[in-house]
Amino acid sequence: MSFTPQLPPVAKLEQKTVVDLVANGKRIDDRAADSYRPLHIQVGLIEKANGSAQVHLGKSKVLVGVKVETGTPFPDTPDEGVLTVNAELGPLASPLFETGPPSEQAIELARVIDRGIRESKAVDMKSLVLLKGKKVQVVFVDIYILDHDGNLIDAASIAALAALASAKLLKAELKGDEVVYKPGLHPLPLNNHPVAVTFAKVGKTIVVDPVLEEEQVMNARLTVTIDKNGNICAMQKGGLSGFTQDELKTIVHLAVQKAAENRAKILAAAKG
Amino acid sequence: MPEPKQPEKLIDDKGIRIDGRRLDQLRPIKLEVGILDKADGSAYIEQGKNKILVGVYGPREAHPKHIALPDRAVLRCRYRMAPFSVDERKNPAPSRREMELSKVIRESLESVVLTDLYPRTTIDVFIEVLQSDGGSRCAGITAASLALADAGIPMRELVAACAVGKIQGHMALDLSDAEDKYGEADLPVAWVPNANLVTLLQMDGILTTNEFEKGLTMALDACKTIHGMQQEALKKKYLVIKEVAEEREETEVVA
Repeated sequence: MSFTPQLPPVAKLEQKTVVDLVANGKRIDDRAADSYRPLHIQVGLIEKANGSAQVHLGKSKVLVGVKVETGTPFPDTPDEGVLTVNAELGPLASPLFETGPPSEQAIELARVIDRGIRESKAVDMKSLVLLKGKKVQVVFVDIYILDHDGNLIDAASIAALAALASAKLLKAELKGDEVVYKPGLHPLPLNNHPVAVTFAKVGKTIVVDPVLEEEQVMNARLTVTIDKNGNICAMQKGGLSGFTQDELKTIVHLAVQKAAENRAKILAAAKG
Repeated sequence: MPEPKQPEKLIDDKGIRIDGRRLDQLRPIKLEVGILDKADGSAYIEQGKNKILVGVYGPREAHPKHIALPDRAVLRCRYRMAPFSVDERKNPAPSRREMELSKVIRESLESVVLTDLYPRTTIDVFIEVLQSDGGSRCAGITAASLALADAGIPMRELVAACAVGKIQGHMALDLSDAEDKYGEADLPVAWVPNANLVTLLQMDGILTTNEFEKGLTMALDACKTIHGMQQEALKKKYLVIKEVAEEREETEVVA
């Protein structure tokens, strides 16, 4: 069951400061409404993973590891591999996070990232089949939040794409019933590069890449995931209020532009 | 039940969909209010083959107490699919999908309920999908806001919801199960008409920005229609009460 979360008490004065700044075309960290915080992407930190990427988006830090293992396909898609996205919002990352089963925030985060990758057909699922209906390769994308200073969705989306784009795997083949790996690493086949762009409505103003202080006072949030052709492949609205039709149009067009900028940075970092 | 086979075409040469609808046509909708005895408010919706029952309890004492908020009521929402509501039996354990939908449905209702009138209480919304036919989260929201109104919980207005999608390259209103499954995109929308706020928006599939804008306009038009139906359904309940009251008055006069 989902219930209204208990938000950390934010002093009225701080709330007012954040909202007033945005209303006057400024932000608490001196950014323009349509600009991201500094973005750093480092790939290949985790040698034991097929692909990994650590992303710093301002002070938010996210680590994504990609593991590829053999498994069985779903009965309704016997000729496709399997993609699994999971997110951990552990207590190390923020006083707002607790131990225990995944919170609805963690489930939402993982499902929004999953939707972007799945719907844009980013991972070539057909290429992951070893024996139709019996054995396929399973791609696990595990999102680890290390430090939460707002906009975890975009940080996780950027890290997930960087990790997938830099992932290397051994060529797997079936000999009889056994899976054998041939020497020599090859890249995970990617057909698309989805990038999530998140906006927050603070007061009556739309800002991109909200920092934690802005998330705590925002009326609503919207994530738009854009594929490499400039099309929308996933959306998710969050927060207690909503957006007008005109706001949504503005957001979608800005998302296309911002996604292209971030995509170029991600692919450059993934190449190394 | 075995899953129905994939239809050859979702739209025929005359632009008619598999269930006989035009692209901008809603499925038949039936709304009923106040049909559960114990719940403080309830509503039932049929939209196509969707059959969804919503019960509302509250405002009532928060349980467990630690979830209570000092300055407002806590809104709780559970979207749940019955194991028999789909072709292949659904495991009754709560799925990640149900948890996500419970969250986005709750958030879509938060902006209309005057929660600050009832601090330290909970308002509980239980959405039970008895049969699912595509667009169940939207039908659930439409019925949930009726059930909240039926419970007499002060609200700014009713929320109406409807999905649009893309099938065979065309934007189409209110996708059915097959259209959702074999179509190219699904875009559920909830709208608060007078405040002009979209309070639920999700999308999966591939849409160009132009298709999104067109789809959004179609969805909002449909939400307006549904909003009218919701008001009629509420009025109908009170007309019945009025009739009963008048009958009683007559019998009292005779006696």
